[in-house]
Amino acid sequence: MLNIQPRIESSKAMVWCSPLIAIILTMLVSSLMFILLDVRPQQAFEVFVIMPLSDSYNLGELMVKAAPLMLCATGLAICFRANIWNIGAEGQLLIGAVVSSYFAVQAGEDAGISSIMLILLSGMLAGAFWAAIPTALERFFKTNIILSTIMLNYIGLYTLLWAVHGPLADPQGYGFPESAMFAEAVMLPLIQEEGRASVSILIAIFIALITGLVLFKTLPGFIVRVYGEEQAAARYAGFSSNKVVWGVMLFAGALAGFAGSAEVMGPIGQLIPSVSPGYGYAAIIVAYLGRLNPFGIIISSLFMGCLYMGSDLAQIELGLPTAITGLFQGVLLFFMLACDFLINYKISFTSKKVFSKPLKATLINNI
Amino acid sequence: MTALIEQGLILPMAKSSLLELWNVSKIFPGVIANDNVNMSLNEGEILALLGENGAGKSTLVKMIYGVNKPDTGAIFWHNREVNIDSPNQARAMGIGMVFQHFSVFETLTVQENIELGLDKEFVDQLSDLRQEIVEISKKYDLHVDPDRYVHSLSIGERQRVEILRCLIQNVKLLILDEPTSVLTPHEVSGLFRVLKKLASEGSSVLFISHKLKEVTELCDRAVILRGGVVTGECIPAQETPESIARMMVGSETELSENYPKKRSEESIFTTTYLTLLPTNPFGCGLTDVSLTLRKGEILGIAGVAGNGQEDLLAALSGEDTRADKANIVFAGKEIGKLNAGARRKLGMAYVPADRLGQGAVPEMTLTNNTLLTNTTALIKNGFILGSKLKALANEIIVDNKVKCHNQSSQAKSLSGGNLQKFIIGREVQQAPIVLICAHPTWGVDIGAASAIHRQLIALRDQGAAILIVSEDIDELFVVCDRLTALYEGRLSHIVETEKTNIEEIGKWIAGGFIQQKEVDHA
Amino acid sequence: MDIELIQQILIAALKTGTPLLLIALGELVTEKSGVLNLGQEGMVLMGAMAGFAGAYYTGNLFLGLTLAMVAGMMMALLFGVLALSLNTSQVATGLALTIFSIGLSSFLGSSLVGSTIPGFNSIAIPLLSDIPFIGALLFNQDILIYFSFVITACTWWVLHKTRVGLTIRSVGENPHSANALGIKVIKIRYLATIFGGAMAGMAGAYLSLSYTPMWMENMSAGRGWIALALVVFASWRVGYLMLGAYLFGIASILHLVMQGFGFDISPNLLAMMPYLATLIVMVLISSDSLKQKLSTPMSLSKPFDPKLH
Repeated sequence: MLNIQPRIESSKAMVWCSPLIAIILTMLVSSLMFILLDVRPQQAFEVFVIMPLSDSYNLGELMVKAAPLMLCATGLAICFRANIWNIGAEGQLLIGAVVSSYFAVQAGEDAGISSIMLILLSGMLAGAFWAAIPTALERFFKTNIILSTIMLNYIGLYTLLWAVHGPLADPQGYGFPESAMFAEAVMLPLIQEEGRASVSILIAIFIALITGLVLFKTLPGFIVRVYGEEQAAARYAGFSSNKVVWGVMLFAGALAGFAGSAEVMGPIGQLIPSVSPGYGYAAIIVAYLGRLNPFGIIISSLFMGCLYMGSDLAQIELGLPTAITGLFQGVLLFFMLACDFLINYKISFTSKKVFSKPLKATLINNI
Repeated sequence: MTALIEQGLILPMAKSSLLELWNVSKIFPGVIANDNVNMSLNEGEILALLGENGAGKSTLVKMIYGVNKPDTGAIFWHNREVNIDSPNQARAMGIGMVFQHFSVFETLTVQENIELGLDKEFVDQLSDLRQEIVEISKKYDLHVDPDRYVHSLSIGERQRVEILRCLIQNVKLLILDEPTSVLTPHEVSGLFRVLKKLASEGSSVLFISHKLKEVTELCDRAVILRGGVVTGECIPAQETPESIARMMVGSETELSENYPKKRSEESIFTTTYLTLLPTNPFGCGLTDVSLTLRKGEILGIAGVAGNGQEDLLAALSGEDTRADKANIVFAGKEIGKLNAGARRKLGMAYVPADRLGQGAVPEMTLTNNTLLTNTTALIKNGFILGSKLKALANEIIVDNKVKCHNQSSQAKSLSGGNLQKFIIGREVQQAPIVLICAHPTWGVDIGAASAIHRQLIALRDQGAAILIVSEDIDELFVVCDRLTALYEGRLSHIVETEKTNIEEIGKWIAGGFIQQKEVDHA
Repeated sequence: MDIELIQQILIAALKTGTPLLLIALGELVTEKSGVLNLGQEGMVLMGAMAGFAGAYYTGNLFLGLTLAMVAGMMMALLFGVLALSLNTSQVATGLALTIFSIGLSSFLGSSLVGSTIPGFNSIAIPLLSDIPFIGALLFNQDILIYFSFVITACTWWVLHKTRVGLTIRSVGENPHSANALGIKVIKIRYLATIFGGAMAGMAGAYLSLSYTPMWMENMSAGRGWIALALVVFASWRVGYLMLGAYLFGIASILHLVMQGFGFDISPNLLAMMPYLATLIVMVLISSDSLKQKLSTPMSLSKPFDPKLH
């Protein structure tokens, strides 16, 4: 007989087992799906797991995809830790890309490292500004941050489309919705001989490590965690809610904006309508998969980068639609949410004689 | 013959049994809430179910009312074994229940509330529910307007709605879970009149309480529960409060003693004409609250819940900084605009009303919860001093005999009493100059309560000023040196405990002081 | 302005407002029971895709409509299993539902992109449709718009005049009390959530079978999210909700109006209008926060586990 009982203490082991179980379940479900689609699961496994990791070009592409995910997810994780549902990484990334493109197209070949820094900074500020709008609305008018960030994602997307069709369109582009290619001098340095992976992945890892340190070992991190768990306790302790909300939102916005700049100044090299294949939304999943822990996010964003890479390859090798990425992400997120049930509940198989010798009565209060 | 019966010398014809429990047990994860409980209840009898917090009283009656199902054992109704699967079934049998935290809906009207607690078939067969409510409320002196929204009712009136809900369907057994803990003494006597009338009509009453005086006044018989086990049965009229208390807590527990009252003159914390709008849409806010707290004393604020306690505590502790700067003065400093953290740095400490979720973060460990109010001492250059923090957490746990697995236990895994010991220990350890303490022993067992009382007295004797907000008048009389009452956001005079009595404070918490104050002013 | 233009604008507002009304109506009932389902956008997409696929392959629009509602209900059921039975965070689960549904609908519908079908036709109600001005506006529409009127009225009636409505509201206010009274909290919440799914599915069918009879990835374009704001805007009241839906309808066709007046503004900037309007409305409604507090279902988005009580 299946017996489900609430746990008295949350299981720490399950916090980390849950994403692994979810990944395994997702793989099982997708094998089933591949069989229905007439693809051998082994072949699919080869395309989705082996190929992205097998040669250095693919590995580089994996890192190209992991970098923006890692940056966005680190910022989102801190927001979610503070129980602030910032869904706006996508819009913040796009605005970061637009603003830095505005400066990047003006730079010539004589631009130096300081130009690169300034352009990156402009992207970060733009992302932070885009995050500041919903924050200000929430602080002053108590608007729902989920809805306002989503609205700003749409507005950000149309801003990008407007920019590539209008002010930033390449004058020699034959009316294609694209900016001119940026000068070599304002491109981020690459970290591999062949391929497109730039320093942004290293910066992303560095930022994630620092963020993890701050989150778990310092007072500001502690304040964010308390605020997210229980606002009443944060008020009781005298932690300022304004500082927390503004702090995490601007931080997340700046990171997403940075991700946007790094995309256009790195692997893409110009502003195009499809700057982001939904990185900002996928980062929500990455953040959860990494347990809202910046160290975990380093791993989960590499994993998600692999999934993106795999779907690209699957389109070429197996002729599957790219929509399959979104499907996998959704299935994975669902399984993870379901597995998180195990953190707070214990499932055991028992015979009927459950109550013969119960535990010592230690916890009689508050039943 | 009748005279002999009245004197209790000859038992009248044994009344027929209404309800019997045979070896009923209920187990929750990690807890035996009820262990082989045997109990019987006759028709027309008022039975008290006595026991301290956590003894398993609520669990037991929830099984009778069909909210929970017993794991083992049997329930007999009119000498026939029954399975009570749901409250609907219990109601159909004639069992009604008034819950401790009333199960009324604030955004619905009285009539809608009563309708929800009745079965659909029952409502359909009534010709006019509204008329029925008016008639029954007249019959039992339980006046409430069926069209009023519940959020506009006082706590006493809400309880009337619950009782009406039970009476309307000819209840044979009325269960009341701690019905008097939120009522003023006047309301309590009104309630007792209703219950006695019901019993005289042949209905039975199961009355849960931990207040011995009330039980003696109202009940024919009492069953005592301790740790989920029946430890005794008695006729309350023939016992002393001490003898019943011993049955409730066992022989080894130390009961609260009498503490000498102290007097002091040097004031340290004052509020003047503190007036705030309510934060909660159904609250009453604060009006002209002025009080003075002196060094080395305990000042008690009595009052029934919902009279502005939350707003007062938030304003005093700094969770709410809407007060004017000069409204609150601590050690000569105007602190009205400082938040709780800044006030703590000046030497204030605070034990909040809500332990889990305010005083402690449920999902965090005791170590992290220690850091919650110790951020000044345990942070260096922004970094948390890990080993120092662990040592302090351990010290608090050991010194206050907090029962827990270890300091990495989550706050939510502790029982209410142990968590309260931890929180009070954490606040007292900081040796505050002023301690604001809300409901120090609410929901805590008697042993822990007396430990907490001793701790507060010791802090007072070190010269600290302590302000206690509590709904428990008896407790306030035990520990406080001076007393005052809060009613609808207004504060009465402050009197020395020795110069007043429970009756007077009882009148004050029902607003009795307001006229008196006006007379004084005139 | 001439009367004909006003009539045209109102008809367009009615047409753009209807999907918002349907989604928001479902979400309103769901939220009244204390459940916050942020998966509306996803359920609408699944409805649109299933509805179009059903109509395309069978040639029967009503079969398509039924399939759309079933798809919405299945998605809502999935949400229910996680958020109501497994007690996951409702916010996270709703977001997950949207992400999942966007992926699933794009994947399943990828072969349908570019196909067309004839959508629902307008049905003129005899006599009534001849009334000047109002006739063409209200009585010469397709069947889904008539449906939306009927369902709005029914929802109001059930919520405020029946015991079922009383039960839903009580569960949304205080599940603990409702449970103690013997009301099956989780069952009521499941039913309310599934009703929300059916309505979102119907809204999806309206988009893919009537508004623009075709299927396109992400064709709901944020309507699910806008509807969520609409419920707050309406303070959880059915009457205001209907009014609000049509006002939002006007806001989202404003760009057409402006283009009609010959303003030369980039279409991409004009396309921001509905989202901008939503932001502005959210700011406006929050100015009265005490009233907002009072009308919000008190246990909204708080999980309830009967096993723990």
